[in-house]
Amino acid sequence: MSGVMTTDPAVRTLTRQSGYWRDLDWILLIAALATTVFGSMLVWSASRADMASPGDPQSYLKRHVINIVIGLALGWFASRLDYRWLRAYTPIIYGASVILLLMPFVPGLGTTIAGARAWIDLPGGFTLQPSEFAKVAVIMMMAVLLSEKRDTESEPRDRDVIMSLGVAVLPILIILVQNDTGTVLILGSVALSIIAVSGARTRWVVGLLAGAVIGLLISVQLGLLKEYQVQRLTSFINPGEDVTSAAYNANQARIAIGGGGWSGYGLFEGPQTQGKFVPVNESDFIFTVVGEELGFLGSVILLLLLGIILWRAVMIAYRADDMYGRLVATGIVAWLGFQMFENVGMSLGIMPITGIPLPLVSAGGTSMMATWIAIGLLQNVRLHAVRAGA
Amino acid sequence: MSERSNLRLLVLAVLVVSMLGTLVARAYYLQVMEGAEYRAAAASNTVREVAEPAVRGIVLDQAGRPLISNRTTVVVTVDRQVLAQEPNDGAAVLTRLARILDTPREMIAERLKTCGSEGAKPPPVCWNGSTYQPVPVATDVDTQTALSIMERRREFPGIAAKLEAVREYPAPFNVNAAHTLGYLGPVTEEQLVEQGDTDAYDRLRRTDVVGRTGLERQYDEVLRGKPGITALAVDTAGRITGTLEQRDPEPGDYVVTSIDARLQSVVEQQLQAAVRRAQSQDYKGASGAAVVVEVDTGRVLAMASYPTYDPSIWIGGVTKRQFQQLIDDESLSSNVYQGQFAPGSTFKAVSTAAAGLDGFNLYGIYPCPSRVRVGGQTFRNYESNAYGPISLTRALEVSCNTVFYDIARRMWQEAGGPEAGIDAPDPVAEAATTFGLGEPTGIDLPGEAGGRVASRAFKYANWEEKKDTWCRNAEEGYPETRKTDPKMADYYTALDRENCTDGYQWRAGDALNAAIGQGDTTVTPLQMAMVYAAIANGGTLYRPQVAKGIVSADGEVVETFAPIVTRQVEVPKKTIRFLRNSLPGVTTDGSGETPFVGFPLDRLPIASKTGSAQVTGDKASTSWYASYAPANDPKYAVVMMVTEGGTGSKTSGPSVRKIYEALFGVRGDTIDPRSSVLIGGEPLSALPEVGPDGIPVSPKGQQSGVADIRAAGSSP
Repeated sequence: MSGVMTTDPAVRTLTRQSGYWRDLDWILLIAALATTVFGSMLVWSASRADMASPGDPQSYLKRHVINIVIGLALGWFASRLDYRWLRAYTPIIYGASVILLLMPFVPGLGTTIAGARAWIDLPGGFTLQPSEFAKVAVIMMMAVLLSEKRDTESEPRDRDVIMSLGVAVLPILIILVQNDTGTVLILGSVALSIIAVSGARTRWVVGLLAGAVIGLLISVQLGLLKEYQVQRLTSFINPGEDVTSAAYNANQARIAIGGGGWSGYGLFEGPQTQGKFVPVNESDFIFTVVGEELGFLGSVILLLLLGIILWRAVMIAYRADDMYGRLVATGIVAWLGFQMFENVGMSLGIMPITGIPLPLVSAGGTSMMATWIAIGLLQNVRLHAVRAGA
Repeated sequence: MSERSNLRLLVLAVLVVSMLGTLVARAYYLQVMEGAEYRAAAASNTVREVAEPAVRGIVLDQAGRPLISNRTTVVVTVDRQVLAQEPNDGAAVLTRLARILDTPREMIAERLKTCGSEGAKPPPVCWNGSTYQPVPVATDVDTQTALSIMERRREFPGIAAKLEAVREYPAPFNVNAAHTLGYLGPVTEEQLVEQGDTDAYDRLRRTDVVGRTGLERQYDEVLRGKPGITALAVDTAGRITGTLEQRDPEPGDYVVTSIDARLQSVVEQQLQAAVRRAQSQDYKGASGAAVVVEVDTGRVLAMASYPTYDPSIWIGGVTKRQFQQLIDDESLSSNVYQGQFAPGSTFKAVSTAAAGLDGFNLYGIYPCPSRVRVGGQTFRNYESNAYGPISLTRALEVSCNTVFYDIARRMWQEAGGPEAGIDAPDPVAEAATTFGLGEPTGIDLPGEAGGRVASRAFKYANWEEKKDTWCRNAEEGYPETRKTDPKMADYYTALDRENCTDGYQWRAGDALNAAIGQGDTTVTPLQMAMVYAAIANGGTLYRPQVAKGIVSADGEVVETFAPIVTRQVEVPKKTIRFLRNSLPGVTTDGSGETPFVGFPLDRLPIASKTGSAQVTGDKASTSWYASYAPANDPKYAVVMMVTEGGTGSKTSGPSVRKIYEALFGVRGDTIDPRSSVLIGGEPLSALPEVGPDGIPVSPKGQQSGVADIRAAGSSP
């Protein structure tokens, strides 16, 4: 497919100058920035009523902006790293992220939020969710394993597939113990997508897909999932019947979004949002804020922005000049795509309720930083491809 | 890269696109197609508040003794939400509850009905509060009953016994002070309307009790505190779906008054003694008032009104019969600041100021005949005494009417006599006005009366208002009266004919009456106290204040009220000086002498002025005694009056003496500040201390005036 790449005249002219800023995927960067700004507005709207009583209605927003600035710096760093260096150090990054993932179990360090023991306390009221970084690390590590030594071969050997599976399963198991069901589902989808795009034999892909479905069914049947997990997962099916606990969230979220109509109540005007009827609407249920206050039009604009990001990511994966870059980009597409679908889908009542944020939009520092690292990596893959093509 | 990889990437891309498409389609379905339905659901998805009233702040005297405090009582409440889930809406539970509380079951059932619902009795029987708020069905439940209810939770679902604060009057030294303290009552419809449409959490709610009179009303917002709020999310079906907000109540602040409980007690007793004195002279002694103010701050140290009532009857609401009784006794309003009476001769101090204002020689000699004839009418001295040519000082001492008649007549003639326009000069009315008469003093108590200053303007306005009636009566000639008493009918008809034609005229007789505090002039005893305080302090008219400061429930001083000057009275300084020099003579050698026989006036001179104001009809005169002391270094002004009480000197005077004895610690011939009723011999300059636990640090033992100080001011 290298032929396609060099026929792109834009790429060719840009690569001749070979400047970092010139070669960036500007559409991706602008869409990501716009989504972040859009998200900040929604976070402000969702949190100002809560924060007004402790004193500063903007305190939550301020923290959000700090997270964005850190995220942008990390993203910039990820885009500048040398490709070879990145590949060489990936095992270390992976190892570190697994250790980080175990930190919440250390007494005094971990915090349990909504039944998931997946956060590390940091000074200043900040918390860190290591599973977000784990997503980046798993993608990078799997990409390294599945692209090694065979950039010329057509398909990865079974040994590589098994090893890369192991790379995904280790953090998945840890996260499963932490009760972070949503992240487990995302990581599973990511692993499956990377293995598929790596060109692994079809039986691997089909087998893993079947295995995942069967595994899910069995764990529900055997009661491996705790009751609240099942309740959370199933409450979206019949939300009207039970107005308590889990179904309450699904119900209130739908009332909020549905009430938005065509153009919404207006920013800061949504009765469900401002009345805090929808829980955690600054993070997990952030989509209810755009849905209620900016209506269908606002929802479509936000989905469009997310769609542009995914489209650029797919294009970067497609035009990558080596398997490593393609698999990294593919992993990110799968991560952001499935996470977005799961998050927005649960607010819209078509997906089970899990505690995962909407990338670039939700409040939550680690997610914001990890997503900007992902944007940086996408730019890195793109820059590599542009330079190679020059 | 391999075709397989490309193909699979394409599949992933398609998957992502279809996921996005699904989301857009789903959003379109929810928002555009079913939007209206969800909008309705959002509207009915409401917040219900359950309010927990704050503990009301208490009221302290100047030494920290609680005048109003709270006591805890056990209240049994019924949660109708819980009851509704019981079989038969909890009928069996209510029957059990009625039995254990020993009240008829119907009464509890009536109580549980929301006001305005079908079959509900009017408040206070029905429940005025929120559906989600437990309804109190019984108060003052004994602890044993409360305990057995709480122990048998299974038998009493939704029933709770909890502690609640209700008002209590510790009455240190048996003080009453009912009119000053005021009472609580349910929030009125007007207050709710006035408040407007607000959803502030500390707004007034229908279940709230608010101060209705006195300090309770004046400082209601200070005392009220802020309610605790639990905001519940409630769905369309009325089910509670979550708790949105939880806020603890903030107790109300304390009001510290300048009232001294011990002095107040003395003043109340002495007012009663004065009334008894009137009654022992075969007068009616219908009502009375007494007030003690600090002359150089305007602070009220004590004020009493007769008749009074027991403030504790308002706790928990009065019955219709009790209320009617209070109305019949005329005991609900305070005669100190709401009663308006002719000031009589106590007004002569004002007339003297008018003379000074008009340039009369204050040190001249004025004739004091037993009577004068002006405009065909005879005006007499009290008991027609004649004193010959005397000084103005002597005229004040012996309260010679004819001296002031003469001065008033001359002023009236100067102004143009009967033909003078309504804005012709009137020094007497001017002096009265600058001393604050005819307008409320602005005391920090609600419902104050302003009195009235007789003047040309007043007379004209009065004529405008009444001339139609007068003229009609003059024409008709009182046909009803004529049947039985033609003579009287003739008299009335002649009077009304005169009034009809020139009733607007300010005649000589009006001017003369006004100068000695008779006729149309009326004052409140408090106004008179402020007049004498202004004379005492050299001409500063203060706004009287009862509250001295605000202290929070954890002992922090929130606010200290500084004295407020209404104005410097516009009377020449030398006139004020003249009055200050003359008034002590009233006590030593004049009409106020008798009650102070044996009092150490040489060391504690008292400036005073008596009054025996005539009232229409055959009623006995109003007994006045206005004073301040020490005359050479004034500290306090004391005014007492008793209607239908006889002379000022005989009826009120002895009581005023007792008040001064208590204030200064006079025993026989000795003056000892240590035996003053005031701790340390004078009012405390600082606000009393309140501990961080909310308990005021008040004087211990006998000086506290209450048996157990711990019972007062403690919150549940």
